[in-house]
Amino acid sequence: MSSEKNSKSISVTLRVWRQAGPNKPGQFVEYPAHNLSPNMSFLEMLDVVNDELTVKGQEPIAFAHDCREGICGTCSLVINGEPHGPHEGVASCQTYIRSFADGEVVTIEPFRAAPFPVIKDLVTDRSAFDKIQQAGGFITARAGSAPDANATSISKVDADLAMDAAQCIGCGACVAACKNASAMLFVAAKVSHLGILPQGQAERDKRVLAMVNTMDDLGFGGCTNQYECSAACPKLISHDFISRLNGDYIAASFRSMFKQAPAQTDGGAG
Amino acid sequence: MAQLDPKIPSGPLAEKWRKHKMDIKLVNPANKRKYEIIVVGAGLAGSSAAATLGELGYKVKNFVFHDSPRRAHSIAAQGGINAAKNYQNDGDSVHRLFYDTIKGGDYRAREANIHRLAEVSVNIIDQCVAQGVPFAREYGGLLANRSFGGAQVSRTFYARGQTGQQLLLGAYSALSRMVGSGAVELNTHSEMLDLVVVDGHAKGIIVRDLTTGVITAHSADAVILATGGYGNVFNLSTYARGSNTTAIWRAYKKGACFANPSYAQIHPTCIPVSGDYQSKLTLMSESLRNDGRIWVPKNKEDCGKPPASIPEADRDYYLERMYPAFGNLCPRDIASRAAKRVCDEGRGVGETGLGVYLDFADAIKRLGEAGVRERYGNLFDIYHEITNENAYKVPMRIFPAVHYTMGGLWVDYNLMSNLPGLFVLGEANFSDHGANRLGASALMQGLADGYFVIPYTVGDYLAGQKPNSRPSVNSHEFVKAIADVESSVARFLSNKGKEPVSYYHKRLGKILWQHCGMARNKAGLEQGIKEIAQLREEFWANVKVPGSADTLNQSLEQAGRVADFLELGELMCRDALSREESCGCHFREEYQHPDGECKRDDENFSHVAAWEYQGEGKTPIRNVEKLNYEFTKMSVRNYK
Ligand SMILES: Cc1cc2nc3c(=O)[nH]c(=O)nc-3n(C[C@H](O)[C@H](O)[C@H](O)COP(=O)(O)OP(=O)(O)OC[C@H]3O[C@@H](n4cnc5c(N)ncnc54)[C@H](O)[C@@H]3O)c2cc1C
Ligand code: FES
Repeated sequence: MSSEKNSKSISVTLRVWRQAGPNKPGQFVEYPAHNLSPNMSFLEMLDVVNDELTVKGQEPIAFAHDCREGICGTCSLVINGEPHGPHEGVASCQTYIRSFADGEVVTIEPFRAAPFPVIKDLVTDRSAFDKIQQAGGFITARAGSAPDANATSISKVDADLAMDAAQCIGCGACVAACKNASAMLFVAAKVSHLGILPQGQAERDKRVLAMVNTMDDLGFGGCTNQYECSAACPKLISHDFISRLNGDYIAASFRSMFKQAPAQTDGGAG
Repeated sequence: MAQLDPKIPSGPLAEKWRKHKMDIKLVNPANKRKYEIIVVGAGLAGSSAAATLGELGYKVKNFVFHDSPRRAHSIAAQGGINAAKNYQNDGDSVHRLFYDTIKGGDYRAREANIHRLAEVSVNIIDQCVAQGVPFAREYGGLLANRSFGGAQVSRTFYARGQTGQQLLLGAYSALSRMVGSGAVELNTHSEMLDLVVVDGHAKGIIVRDLTTGVITAHSADAVILATGGYGNVFNLSTYARGSNTTAIWRAYKKGACFANPSYAQIHPTCIPVSGDYQSKLTLMSESLRNDGRIWVPKNKEDCGKPPASIPEADRDYYLERMYPAFGNLCPRDIASRAAKRVCDEGRGVGETGLGVYLDFADAIKRLGEAGVRERYGNLFDIYHEITNENAYKVPMRIFPAVHYTMGGLWVDYNLMSNLPGLFVLGEANFSDHGANRLGASALMQGLADGYFVIPYTVGDYLAGQKPNSRPSVNSHEFVKAIADVESSVARFLSNKGKEPVSYYHKRLGKILWQHCGMARNKAGLEQGIKEIAQLREEFWANVKVPGSADTLNQSLEQAGRVADFLELGELMCRDALSREESCGCHFREEYQHPDGECKRDDENFSHVAAWEYQGEGKTPIRNVEKLNYEFTKMSVRNYK
């Protein structure tokens, strides 16, 4: 079609959720986006649209982003109804214009879930995730008190499995994808990462109970095994970890009924 | 003139830190909770510091501009973290890590600091494993290692290609535990916009809540800045978009000296620029250089051909040719300049001619595609995502990009700046990497500072301050600082300009890349200073910042950060101009050996340049801290 080799640029129409602030009414507004290079990232396209809005004296579209390479978990767009857009296993910032067709209408919304209130436009408040972590997402290890790192060997299989879970970037796509706004995949990833490792055993029961209870208190819904979460996860974290979480939770609840928490826990292996 | 006493303890190198820990003052446990410490930043340096100080019993207030501590730019580090564990029994030791670091920095850092860093490196790995960081393991269950640029031993610990993520999540979990217990107060979406100095001591900060626009004052007994690096001054870099210089720049304007601002590392293995819209350059971890081979065609005419069609005999594996001992693993500054040189010769590849090949064909022959995938799978995925190319089949194209800033606020051995009470950790300080940082050493430094150095050294300062003596936020220093911040916000919003902030940021980046990038010279730097001053004027006359002050306003955030970059850029040029030698990343074309290598001038420039602010429009003072090499012989860096 075009005589220029690599730069078949396209145009799309954006339908963007605009909301002036928390608790303010929101609405979709359409913006044209022209001359987009297929190699442009989706967020770079928004940068260009925002600069055009600025020059016209209008307020740019607020959207969250930082690393722009799929690791910080800040970007959080629902693109055409899908958290993080059409591609599997990537974050919004790793979505490229080459995934869209010339003339397409592209709808952009924030991650929607009651525990993630909108701050402005496409930016939501995901501090609920921090609160779940604060409740128990850690292994107690005072600086300076650790034994030699090779003192406890950990099988490669366990280390790899822990790492599979630990990859979670805390973006919240799992919550946005779930019709119940469940945070089970997020919690399962953390609980599994720490619970698989020998260092994590001492606090294992306490951790899972505290994290799950906090999750419930913050208004996240229950899991009904639809697995939309792992399909939307930019790191493709497996929903198998949810079964592991359920197992851990039941075992810990059971043990806590019969056993008073000891006054002092042992140091564990770590 | 500022007083720059590095406070290096006396005694033999390997004894200094132990001795210093014995000699410094302590705060007794019952008094610790009477001291409040502000920690700005929660990357590796900030979160490890805040968690550890909270654990010790101090009252800690932590501020980050991000929406969560876990988002700090440290999360993006890929390749690994060094430690002198010698688990591979390949001849590593604290002394060797010390020596590699000081040599890698081209003899422009302090011996005592680096030795301490190498000593505590081993404790960092222990600490991280205890927290549950899932480092890579061998089949036998022990920790795995790999080698990294500039080292001939395997001392780098890693967690797939996501080492920074896992280390940060470890530190974040420690911090979260302290927040949950009430020992640390966490303030997210909170950007520090000024440092408050009372009677010559740093005693607080001014913060703007980025979601509500509310500006507040916070006083403390000590202030710790762990706010990261300023490489985004170049606009295009491997940094997260939000990384900025504001915290340390405003501290500089309040009297803290800025050391070696022009030392900016340009990383050899990044994905090349593709268009004007580009917002960031993605790093391809340097660990790829362990197995990938870098080359360009020998003949210019071959540059446009498909790489597979170029026979071995017509390929120039230039790093292996020029540096046979280190080959593809030579330090970053050297690899970057070599890439620039071959591209300047017209032998670069890709659409723009600004690229070289990083080829895995040999590695795939040796390890199989699955073996390569096991080591680098996620990096190949990232590459594919961005370029739409399959690097298992065609070589990657890479080009150097701005990656790290060795410069930063000047600190002494205690990590305290020349302003008493102001401590600076991690990439925000200047201290340990001299004129070039070795791969996998930034994560090490950030965690060393936060877990193992500041918990001791902050006590030495606080022990000299009366408990509960911090000034009230109603004192006039705080009131004035708030008014200043408010008026600068108002100035942006009322500016009747036409151009968005990004327009100026892009132009600043181009000026710096051209004049203060991989190769510098006197005329270019002088030109750069002029152009930046002009650009700054244009910016203030014509920048447009829409929206209001009382909701989330990303244009306003960006405007403040770019305004600071526009001042810092000039200081970088000034610093590069006044350093009339080449060392590490700082390559002045006038000072080179016949083979194109850096020509240091140890007689005249074996020092740290620490710039002192003199007020708007005035030339800052260049203070000097002499570097004394008592234990190492300064030699010409040789990687051949
Ligand atoms: C892509 C990439 C890969 C890397 N890979 C490696 C590697 O493999 N090995 C290695 O050793 N190093 C690596 N590095 C370098 C290393 O990641 C960084 O130098 C290091 O993580 C910096 O940590 P930090 O704690 O000093 O700062 P950061 O992690 O940048 O944290 C800064 C913190 O300060 C806060 N902040 C900043 N300004 C303000 C303000 N004004 N007000 C409030 N809060 C503020 C931020 O919110 C954030 O919490 C890499 C760097 C990049 C860019
Ligand atoms: S911006 Fe960091 S994950 Fe997308």
